[in-house]
Amino acid sequence: MSQTITPAAIRKTLTVRTTPEKAFDVFTAGFDRWWPKTHHIGESPLKKAVIEPGVGGRWYGLGEDGSEGLWGDVLAWDPPARLVLAWRINGQWKYDPGLLTEVEVLFTAVGSSETRIDFEHRNLERFGDSDAAKQARAAMDDGWGTILESFKSVANG
Amino acid sequence: MTNANAFAALADPTRREVFERLASGPLAVGELAHGLPVSRPAVSQHLKVLKEAGLVTDRPEGARRVYQIDPHGLGQIRAWLDQFWDNALSAFAAEVERSVDESDPEKEKP
Repeated sequence: MSQTITPAAIRKTLTVRTTPEKAFDVFTAGFDRWWPKTHHIGESPLKKAVIEPGVGGRWYGLGEDGSEGLWGDVLAWDPPARLVLAWRINGQWKYDPGLLTEVEVLFTAVGSSETRIDFEHRNLERFGDSDAAKQARAAMDDGWGTILESFKSVANG
Repeated sequence: MTNANAFAALADPTRREVFERLASGPLAVGELAHGLPVSRPAVSQHLKVLKEAGLVTDRPEGARRVYQIDPHGLGQIRAWLDQFWDNALSAFAAEVERSVDESDPEKEKP
């Protein structure tokens, strides 16, 4: 029964009215200015969200109590065209160094004043490799509806 | 192979839409088919694939069958992330627009 199936990655495309340089800068250096504050994995509310520049840089959230919640690391850093981040948060919303799912963001100039963003979160089947996935149910049941509501208020606010 | 099957099942756009409709709560086949550009038997077929992939479960309720997202499946993680990134990227786009407007007088010309 062994067969290889390519899972469906999450893909998003959007266009913004700026250059790839500026878009890349807002995405990375300006990460804290747009990342939803409602999304954090620690107990403490999120005070600051950071993407450290360069391959090997860390991607993390700082809690208001000073705690640090690591999400992953930078796998590719090619400004202004491409950024690849490792998302290592498992189904229990815990950092798991053994889990590697990839978030790739491509910035492509459209004409002289716009940038197309091609976003992909892939290797999602790997969430199922750990016991964590089996226990994800409780976390999802508790948090999903509430979290989505918070996101809506952030996105609309 | 359940997990890999789950994601293959979601590669079809109509099937994904059926699945996403279930994200808001349990529905019967007739309710799911309403407003979709495919026939009710086609919706049933999609539900069969989703069920085999471990993404949805069903239960009888009177004379009809009600479908819901399988809370044990990986589908919830994917649905959650899909929604999460939608919101995060919207916030990113809004921040780009805001910072562009702010620096508008000196807007760089490439």
